[in-house]
Amino acid sequence: MTRPEPPIAKSEAVQRDASGMPVPVSTGVMQAAAHHARDAHNDVLFRTVLLASALLVLAALLGTAGSTLWGGRLAFQTFGWSFLVSDHWDAVNGQFGALVPIWGTLMTSVLAMLLAVPVSFGIALFLTEVAPPWLRTPIAAAVELLAGIPSIIYGMWGLFVLAPFLADHADAWINDKLGTLPIVGRLFQGPPLGIGMLTAGLVLAIMVIPFISSVMREVFHTVPTRLKESAYALGSTTSEVVWNIVLPYTRSAVIGGIFLGLGRALGETMAVTFVLGNAHQFSESLLMPSSSIASVIANEFTEASSDLHRSTLIALGFLLFCVTFVVLAIAKLLLLRLARKEGNA
Amino acid sequence: MLLSLKSRLAALLLLGALLTVNAQATEVTGAGSSFVYPVLSKWSVAFNRKTGHQINYQSIGSGGGIAQIKAGTVDFGASDAPLSAEDLGKFGLGQFPVVIGGIVPVVNVEGVAAGKLRLSGPVLAEIFLGKIKTWNDPALARLNPGLKLPASAIFVVHRSDGSGTSYNFANYLGKVSPTWQKTIGFGTSVPWPVGVGGKGNEGVAAYVKQIKNSIGYVEYAYALQNKMAYTQMENAAGTFLEPSNAAFAAAAATADWAKAKDFNLIMTNAPGATAWPITATTWAIMYKTPKNAAQSKVAFAFFKWAFEHGQPEALALDYVPLPEPLVKQIEAYWQSQFKS
Repeated sequence: MTRPEPPIAKSEAVQRDASGMPVPVSTGVMQAAAHHARDAHNDVLFRTVLLASALLVLAALLGTAGSTLWGGRLAFQTFGWSFLVSDHWDAVNGQFGALVPIWGTLMTSVLAMLLAVPVSFGIALFLTEVAPPWLRTPIAAAVELLAGIPSIIYGMWGLFVLAPFLADHADAWINDKLGTLPIVGRLFQGPPLGIGMLTAGLVLAIMVIPFISSVMREVFHTVPTRLKESAYALGSTTSEVVWNIVLPYTRSAVIGGIFLGLGRALGETMAVTFVLGNAHQFSESLLMPSSSIASVIANEFTEASSDLHRSTLIALGFLLFCVTFVVLAIAKLLLLRLARKEGNA
Repeated sequence: MLLSLKSRLAALLLLGALLTVNAQATEVTGAGSSFVYPVLSKWSVAFNRKTGHQINYQSIGSGGGIAQIKAGTVDFGASDAPLSAEDLGKFGLGQFPVVIGGIVPVVNVEGVAAGKLRLSGPVLAEIFLGKIKTWNDPALARLNPGLKLPASAIFVVHRSDGSGTSYNFANYLGKVSPTWQKTIGFGTSVPWPVGVGGKGNEGVAAYVKQIKNSIGYVEYAYALQNKMAYTQMENAAGTFLEPSNAAFAAAAATADWAKAKDFNLIMTNAPGATAWPITATTWAIMYKTPKNAAQSKVAFAFFKWAFEHGQPEALALDYVPLPEPLVKQIEAYWQSQFKS
């Protein structure tokens, strides 16, 4: 897009000084050239600043990964690959295994996403398609408010309200009814503690719902009304419009929003520390307590006096970094495959 | 700006004057054991009222306190686990006891009130090892003939963070159970075979109150403040007794402090007839040559005041103030070891 030319000076006549010598005057063309040079210079400067910002982010990312890997090298050297599959955590004798924290992080995050994605989807759809206009703002405001609540409040609510409720009303039922199922029963067997992976998953789900639903809502708004109206004109129901018009149009942004929520769930510390139970025994059951990487680091970093213990915790941080990276890579691949199917890639 | 230059200068001078006036009051920082947090915070309020100096104590766990004093970020660390002589020598630190308290097992079983359930050391160790799994186990029934215990599973609650409370508790279990000593040992953070971990004494108390049929261990002050059901314990002399200040003081009295270099003495399983078996003390750890002399002086003044005048606050919170001979030993230790 070309910029409009600056107005050329009116007097093109040669100007003379007192003794009659011609004085060099900046003509309109020269002024335009000067403007161009300055603009080009500013352009280059601006581009450099932007490039520097992007490179700064990249440098910070690589620096974080590198420093956690460097700090955890002692742990990786001492334990090798068994670090990833051993569940033995003994600070007295210097034996550490990351299986339980990794498992706890993944299970609680997956459970949180399983619960949060349908609910966020429902909220976003309700607010864009179904709700009457007078109801949209209050509900949207309420959902946004959920995002502003500090995570430690969620942890306290989970411990003092949700955990007793689950212990009294849900855990025994889950153990008796679902724990006896043939293959998946092992996931649901456990004592009515109230705290555990299920509670942590529920609390995390409530924490990530505002993020996912607000991204979805924004993106659902961008669907052109003409597309939806054409579908309605052809006789589609609301659900057909949603599944066949709105979702395919916004697919990549929706997946982006989901992975934003997943990123938050993976890294959540205080809420999980309150309700996950901080146990270092491996258990597949959702009703049993476990640890997550963030909760282990939060609990033990201040008192990790031995070098190996500290190195183990930093190595756990690096593993969390890896898990997040893998999750994002999966998201990108998924988006690429979807775009290719649509013929956009 | 609306203010003229003169008014701005005047405001700055006033601010400077105010700041210099407050500079007389020093702020001393300490960190560590959550065991002593209740009494240290009460003492610091009273000390502040008396002298204007501020003692800022962070309850991050004994392990954290040790790490922070070694790193030099606080003026004193507080730990329920004493540092070894080589550790003290390597960093140039000295330690001395501050207050004595008891660790009590607490339970949340329907129908069991405070002080009613009787436990012995070996039985407690078996519960925490996961060998005794239900409340109606014969071992428990034998100790509690008159008490109706339910047939439900026992849920163990321990500490998730590094803790001197865990240190003393695990030390006691190691003394009364050879299996515990062999398989687990003791330290600020041990590999608990069963149970969930709560963060701090507060976390354990919260979990035990939430989870039915659970058992945990907390410092006595936390058990009383939260109105929890503590248990009776059988001590080394074979008597069953409830925890009380007299029982903790009896355990402290049987400890031979004079012989322990740098007061390195763990009082669990004390021999006295009326001694509570899980009595513990917390050590304050400070640099022998302090990094900040003024703050170190105020810290010593604080502890001196606490030893001589802080008994009412300590007793009100159900700690046992240090006995008089021990205070004299500590003050002599200060004179000889610390350079302020």
